[in-house]
Amino acid sequence: MEFNPALPIYLQVMTMIKRDIVTGELKPGEKLPSVRDMAVEFAVNPNTVSRVYRELESEGICYTKRGMGTFVTEEPEVVGRLKAEMAGELMDQFLEGMKRLGIPGEEVIQMVKERTGC
Amino acid sequence: MLECREITKTYGRKTAVDHVSLQIQPGRIYAMLGPNGSGKTTLMKMAVGLVKPTSGGFYYNGRPVGQNSRREIAYMSTEPYFYPWMTVGDVGKYYRDFFEDFSQEKYESLLKRMELTPDLKAKALSSGMMAKLKIAVTMARNARVYLLDEPLNGIDLLARDDIIASVIEAAEQDVSLVISSHLVDELERVADEAIFMKESHLVDVCGVEELRMTQGKSVVDRYREIYGHGGEQKWEN
Repeated sequence: MEFNPALPIYLQVMTMIKRDIVTGELKPGEKLPSVRDMAVEFAVNPNTVSRVYRELESEGICYTKRGMGTFVTEEPEVVGRLKAEMAGELMDQFLEGMKRLGIPGEEVIQMVKERTGC
Repeated sequence: MLECREITKTYGRKTAVDHVSLQIQPGRIYAMLGPNGSGKTTLMKMAVGLVKPTSGGFYYNGRPVGQNSRREIAYMSTEPYFYPWMTVGDVGKYYRDFFEDFSQEKYESLLKRMELTPDLKAKALSSGMMAKLKIAVTMARNARVYLLDEPLNGIDLLARDDIIASVIEAAEQDVSLVISSHLVDELERVADEAIFMKESHLVDVCGVEELRMTQGKSVVDRYREIYGHGGEQKWEN
């Protein structure tokens, strides 16, 4: 697993877990690995993983059952919310890149249509 | 907690460690960084009483380090310290005799993870396998503080991955780990804090996630700031 060393690692790990939830790689209600196992798997600091779990919990994406571990939420709207959030970020990056190239919106739409065959 | 206060070591006219004060907190992983000759090894050796400071001292939970802290602090030196005739199994026995906190069970599981078998002869091991053996035998101790001097030096990428994974796995909650290296990027994602040593001084101690968050810098970026700009000239002493 490659990380950008100039960006907080916990944010990058959070993004990976969110993506796994959106793609269904991680199912609602599924148990996440223990902090230590996760740290070993990603070769990251265990305190970083603890922080990831805390942040995911505060965003309502995961919950912790005492003595049992951390689980993916079963709230159905969370997946939709995450998907919208991640799609928005991709769209921002894409449009930002196009803007920097000086391609006007109309043309961008045309290009997307051609590419996707819509 | 392990700490040193104003610790200094001189060899004749040469100063190896110059007035260093540092606190090693439980539950954290420290990357001790700096070029060869910056004082990392001398500092570690003073923490386990192998080198006597010229002034200042190391304290474990408020008491000077020595016999009483021997079982709490595990140290892995850069020198090979096994007899060539020993097998991997013998090395475990040798350690068990020396350290009462040595766990045979932990040793065996570490060997398994490192793909080493007890019948292998120490002299037949490659440098990567030797590095793994040193880690296995050190992390098999149930210490509270582990000081690992250059565990990643001179070994291939895959052996490094194994070593980093087993160190994370073997470190129980609330232990402290100090890993020295001049391979800065290897410890980038593992460390909580980076300790920068330069020319026998402690230059900086910083939280690595904080560095990324507040300054958008990696540990490598910070390393370049500290050691770059022709700071290399003075290393020969």
